[in-house]
Amino acid sequence: MASLASWRFNHSAMHLEDPRIIEFDVRTDEMLINMGPQHPSTHGVLRLLLRTDGEVIHEVTPHIGYLHRCAEKVGENLTPVQWIPYSDRMDYLAAMNMNLGVALCAEKLLKIDVPEKSMAIRVIVAELNRVAAHLLGMGAYGLDLGTFSPFMYAFRERELILDLFEEVCGARLTYSYVTVGGVTHDLPGEVPFPPGLANFTGHKASERIRWIDAVRVFCDWMTPRIRDYHTLLTKNAIFLQRTAGIGVLSREMAIGHGCTGPVLRGSGVDHDLRRDGEPIYTRMYEGYDFRIPVPPFAEASPTIELGDCWSRFYVRMLEVAESIKLIRQAIDRYEAATDGYRLPHRLNAKLPKDEAYLETECPRGQMGFYLVGDGSPIPIRARAKSSCFCNLSVVPPLSVGCLIADIPAIVGSIDIVMGEVDR
Amino acid sequence: MISIYDILLDRFGDEVIVGQNAEATDPWIEVAPASVTEVCEFLRDDERLRFDHLNDLTAIDHFEPDPAKRARFAFEPHLEIVYHLSSYETRLRAVLKARLPRWRNDKHGEPPALPTVSHLWPIADWHERECYDLLGVYFEGHPNLVRMMMPEDWQGHPLRKDYEWPEDYHGIRTQ
Repeated sequence: MASLASWRFNHSAMHLEDPRIIEFDVRTDEMLINMGPQHPSTHGVLRLLLRTDGEVIHEVTPHIGYLHRCAEKVGENLTPVQWIPYSDRMDYLAAMNMNLGVALCAEKLLKIDVPEKSMAIRVIVAELNRVAAHLLGMGAYGLDLGTFSPFMYAFRERELILDLFEEVCGARLTYSYVTVGGVTHDLPGEVPFPPGLANFTGHKASERIRWIDAVRVFCDWMTPRIRDYHTLLTKNAIFLQRTAGIGVLSREMAIGHGCTGPVLRGSGVDHDLRRDGEPIYTRMYEGYDFRIPVPPFAEASPTIELGDCWSRFYVRMLEVAESIKLIRQAIDRYEAATDGYRLPHRLNAKLPKDEAYLETECPRGQMGFYLVGDGSPIPIRARAKSSCFCNLSVVPPLSVGCLIADIPAIVGSIDIVMGEVDR
Repeated sequence: MISIYDILLDRFGDEVIVGQNAEATDPWIEVAPASVTEVCEFLRDDERLRFDHLNDLTAIDHFEPDPAKRARFAFEPHLEIVYHLSSYETRLRAVLKARLPRWRNDKHGEPPALPTVSHLWPIADWHERECYDLLGVYFEGHPNLVRMMMPEDWQGHPLRKDYEWPEDYHGIRTQ
């Protein structure tokens, strides 16, 4: 009797190269498995209908619309300024960026040039919110793959950003801070030291600090934390096994499916609207020193393929560091600026008989807003083109041939927010 | 700076390229609805243009439901399908429009039709489904034109200006 150690499949004799094919070769009856809409790793109310053969996915059909709140219909009955609070509820994890999208689109339509100071404020809040959104994306992705600790770290940092936003506009999630013509009010001057930040940096919560200095303290504290995330997740062997080479999105497929943001850049397309967008948007980022991370990365492990889940995740992580760089520069500009934080804009300003479509670089991709005016203050068409909607459309072709356990890895790496998909 | 309108006019003639608005904030080109697919295919494949990214596909319902305000309404009632295109290669941007009647044969509730572009850009598949669902535009040749946001048995197209909310949906009050 042969010992267990010498027992091996003779693959060449079976004309099979991949040992897994043996299992996959056995056809069972196809099963329909319903995943969601209340599944924890579908990031909200996404329902995926899986047609599987054993563990192997044959077809994925996403069903969306569970969070549809008629945002576009609402926008056709309100002025753009009144629509801004509804844009908060689209991507509720990056509400500042959503506000900025609507505000810039209305400014493009009304041909408003906002002052330098308001642009600096917009860069500060938009990039802070990008950090918060990417942190949550990272934490939730860890949860999807079965590790809990990164989520707690990510929330610790995100909480500090929310504390800072609370001082700015009183809200922690739905800010409505960026508005047409600038921002609703100037950044606060002296504020009580945010208690969380004070706790981590050896200050007392009874101290007072200028808000922009609090942001500086946060940036100084945040920069070394990024290394922790790389130790926790990026270079973690189990994490690598779950994400490297899984869900490989080719460059052509990413472009054809309209993927944007980190999903597009993860496939090797060097495109970021902060640099390549329309002048009204790129003007905000003119003269800033920042890099747009695009794979292939020299430091990546050899198992990584261009456009896999890991690449998308790593692009996000590198963007966090770039955003912090941007925030530091924007604070200096804010202090140097002498003009106002907002131009006067009447709530019922008449929209011209014209139309404007503008995409901005939100954390999850290019969010487009489209306003069509007819001479009255209320647009006849208010359209929100969602980046997550387009990114989600790539899940069915990516998932074919994967295992069921890879579905959370793929959906998580796309990093969708259902509020934005369904609007 | 090349003129996309001139290239298209040169290739297709004024039967297909109906007009343009160069003064608008986003200049747009109007295309005959029956030829949308050919024009889009040309825009995608032409060496000078290479529009490989469909940013957005949506429709605008030009209609004023309130009869009292209708006299002041500046538009003829019609439906406009809008294609926002851009290119990663040539960095160009373009807006295409196709003008359709609000309902096919003026029969209320029958969506007007135009050819699909979902075989050119895969993302158009979902955008067209959403457009069909919310605005009532039928895309001929679409592989799976079913509702996207609303339940499959929903009646009507909610983003139409004259849409009336149903009294109830499966016994759930909606008003």
